Amino acid sequence: MTTPTPAAFGAVDRTGRPTVVLVGHGMVGQRFLEALAEHGVTARARVVVLCEEPRPAYDRVHLTSYFSEGTSPQELSLVEDGFMARHGVELHVGDPAVAVDRDSRTVTSRSGLSISYDTLVLATGSYPFVPPVPGKDAEGCFVYRTIEDVLAIEAYAQGVTSGAVVGGGLLGLEAAGALRGLGLDTHVVEFAPRLMPVQVDDGGGAALRRSVEGLGVTVHTGVGTQEITTDDAGRVTGMALSDGSELPAGMVVFSAGVRPRDDLARACGLDVGERGGIVVDASCRTSDPAVFAIGECALAADGRVYGLVAPGNEMAETAARAIAGPDAPGAGFTGADTSTKLKLLGVDVASFGDAHGTADGALDVLYSDSRSGVYRKLVIGSDGTLLGGVLVGDVESYGVLRPLTGSVPPVAPEHLVLPAGAGAPVALGPTALPDEAVICSCHNVSKGAIRSAVADQGCAGVPEVKKCTKAGTGCGSCLKVLGQLVDAELEAGGVEVDRGLCPCFGQTRAELYEIVRTLRLTSYRDLLDRHGREDARGGEGCEVCKPAVASVLASLAPVIGASVHVLDGEQAALQDTNDHFLANMQKNGSYSVVPRIPGGEITPEKLIVIGEVARDFGLYTKITGGQRIDLFGARVEQLPLIWARLVAAGFESGHAYGKALRTVKSCVGSTWCRFGVQDSVRMAIDLELRYRGLRAPHKLKSAVSGCARECAEAQSKDFGVIATASGWNLYVGGNGGATPRHADLLAKDLSDAELVRLIDRFLMFYIRTADRLERTSVWLERIPGGLDHVRDVVVHDSLGICDELEALMAAHVAGYRDEWADTLDDPERLRRFVSFVNAPGTPDPTVRFVPERDQIRPEPLPVALTETVPV
Amino acid sequence: MTTLTGLAPVLTGTVELRTSSGWLAVCATADLEPGRGVAVLLPDGAQAAVFKDSTGRLYAIGNVDPFTGAGVLCHGLLGSAGGRPYVASPLLKQRFALADGRCLDDDAAAVASYPLRVS
Repeated sequence: MTTPTPAAFGAVDRTGRPTVVLVGHGMVGQRFLEALAEHGVTARARVVVLCEEPRPAYDRVHLTSYFSEGTSPQELSLVEDGFMARHGVELHVGDPAVAVDRDSRTVTSRSGLSISYDTLVLATGSYPFVPPVPGKDAEGCFVYRTIEDVLAIEAYAQGVTSGAVVGGGLLGLEAAGALRGLGLDTHVVEFAPRLMPVQVDDGGGAALRRSVEGLGVTVHTGVGTQEITTDDAGRVTGMALSDGSELPAGMVVFSAGVRPRDDLARACGLDVGERGGIVVDASCRTSDPAVFAIGECALAADGRVYGLVAPGNEMAETAARAIAGPDAPGAGFTGADTSTKLKLLGVDVASFGDAHGTADGALDVLYSDSRSGVYRKLVIGSDGTLLGGVLVGDVESYGVLRPLTGSVPPVAPEHLVLPAGAGAPVALGPTALPDEAVICSCHNVSKGAIRSAVADQGCAGVPEVKKCTKAGTGCGSCLKVLGQLVDAELEAGGVEVDRGLCPCFGQTRAELYEIVRTLRLTSYRDLLDRHGREDARGGEGCEVCKPAVASVLASLAPVIGASVHVLDGEQAALQDTNDHFLANMQKNGSYSVVPRIPGGEITPEKLIVIGEVARDFGLYTKITGGQRIDLFGARVEQLPLIWARLVAAGFESGHAYGKALRTVKSCVGSTWCRFGVQDSVRMAIDLELRYRGLRAPHKLKSAVSGCARECAEAQSKDFGVIATASGWNLYVGGNGGATPRHADLLAKDLSDAELVRLIDRFLMFYIRTADRLERTSVWLERIPGGLDHVRDVVVHDSLGICDELEALMAAHVAGYRDEWADTLDDPERLRRFVSFVNAPGTPDPTVRFVPERDQIRPEPLPVALTETVPV
Repeated sequence: MTTLTGLAPVLTGTVELRTSSGWLAVCATADLEPGRGVAVLLPDGAQAAVFKDSTGRLYAIGNVDPFTGAGVLCHGLLGSAGGRPYVASPLLKQRFALADGRCLDDDAAAVASYPLRVS
């Protein structure tokens, strides 16, 4: 995002390519750029973007998550790393367009850039409407639209104890959620007689109000704001309401709707609507054919301004297609579904279709339970067609009901509103939907397109379908239905979706975990003979399920009464070679040794011991990425001798060989670093010592950074911790490797105790529900509900299992023993550390080394696929 | 005394393996753990791997993994496919039938197979 000098932006692009200028880089603007790239326009045209805000496009819909979940501004970004560079898009942030000259086809920016265009696209969005009441500009009055607004609200809220939001619509409740999240005594003032007057009806509004008030937000409906009152210094003190009452408040947030930003269009003479909005046709072209308008600034061909992101995305795609040329297929934009589903202040609300029953002859089917705050209304046409509906409190059925809108549902409507068990038949699944039904409304992906991605394009799971169709990559509300559809299609396509662990077990690892846990089985043999596939019972098992079951038995050992040591009894035969020898087998059959160095902190004495051991045994020595030291080239019979020295010096097994906690990296933190805000080394050591030896479906890596500079790279770890001024932020599901993934913030500003408790729960929930060899990053993407579900479970205890998860971890911590110290004490276990059973003192002659850079490396071994031995 | 591969489990005593130069005493049956193997150094410097499956049957095949040249098959995990026991190489996971040393994942690959007896 370098900004070239103005001279580089003369009237003519020297390459002679046509120029597309985009004014506005919000959500819709970014979608437009992506669509341009998909249609190949970025490859043949110069694309320049003028963006008013100081940062590229971000997810405005989830702005409140900044408060509720601690999402950072960077995490809200919608622009994939390298997107602009890859497509050659010139982005100028903090430099809005200020004038358009349509005669010379030139746009001028605030910094003085003058850019000639062949095509101009206006995506200027909307601005918050502030009612013209006295005091509206006082210090302490805010709007709620941008990240900068959010940062300003956060800063001001430090000095006040209460806040009022003007407007009880969608954005108003979002803003109220933000103020609640900041710990303010929060009020919502709505002029209409109910909350969310546009989306829900009176009944839904009442249900919503009860739930919102239950969360400690005071709701005032049917009253207007007459004046913002201030003190002598001009700071907000409260509001005077239309019923004559006074509402004291330290700050006021206006969230009374938005208006299209059409000033630039007006100034250059484009047609605008009577009540605002740039007039466009079905191709999103304005009254000047060289100029397009998309998103909230446009007055669509159906005479409406759409303030939702899904219609905006559709307009973005329509305009991109029109610019790409006549060959790009696709319909125009003549109107959109304004269905919404969202979680406001923790309350689920959805409305779709004709939610208010305005059509002739429309009838209601209604279910309302004030006790649980659930309200469901369906609007049915006289011919039985589902026209729309309102759902509050429980929106589970939204994913199926919205796509059914416009058709006659396959079951009686009363069954669609009744709760399960109250006369409702089995829930109507997404397989009942027609192919035209739109599953992902953010990217307008139909059920047919999803089925085709699986059946024709070979997508074998939700991640592939997401990549191929974009379904589920917008708001994410369709992910559950998407998963059900993908599974159904895979099964229908003859791809038998055998989720079984291996040829021996038809169950997944998570299912086997539940079987072991509930039946308290302690033996692989029992599990295989009682719960294995018919033809596998009594057999040998296999190399897939043996270590997986061994891991489950180890994880549950404290509660099922199995031995804690992974090399005891039958368990020994189940372990992969690495676990069997408590070391990592390398390519020539030699082993590497990694002592635990908690947090990466080591005394000079211990460092010297490692050096001496490496020297005395001739081991190749390398420092790992996880702040430890790896010693390579040990023969199996040397392992106990090496470990005897290491254990005597105070080292423990580092579990580098196990599907277990590997390392907790740390930066040096507040003890030494001038930037550090917490003692990251101490925390890393505490965490590493707490979770050492914990067996999991796959390896676990962690890190603790002492400040937001993140030197320990915690966001690339399975669980990463970053210090804040007031505690710790916990990130989960990060990964490096072949498919890097930034970790997601699970919770923020935690105390030491809160942090540890949350990690306990998170790890045990992962261990309980993940598939074999499934890292947390993949698990988090796969499990239904994703991060939100995991947060519900481990933060809000939605399944009521947190006590159990914590107890399991407590038992693990109490039962931990160093595997190497135990092995050295046990002559039985030591017997297996020989190369040859008939020649215990003889080293394996195939393990040979050659020198390289003053150390050893394996000698290349002769490889012959067949071996003939005279018999 | 018997020389079958897949030696029946009832016997205890000394495990012997037949090489080109005759029967070689390897270890006591009690030295073998069900489900795992041990390596044996042969007089000509070659290596065999001797296994005991979960039912107590004994098998011996070559120990050197033909895909990597490393003497590691004795460290692999045992499994069975269609009732036929195999060992999976700990390095690249190819499976070798315990009865005859043939690789189940690559027809071109095989290791030797050795008769066993318990005396």
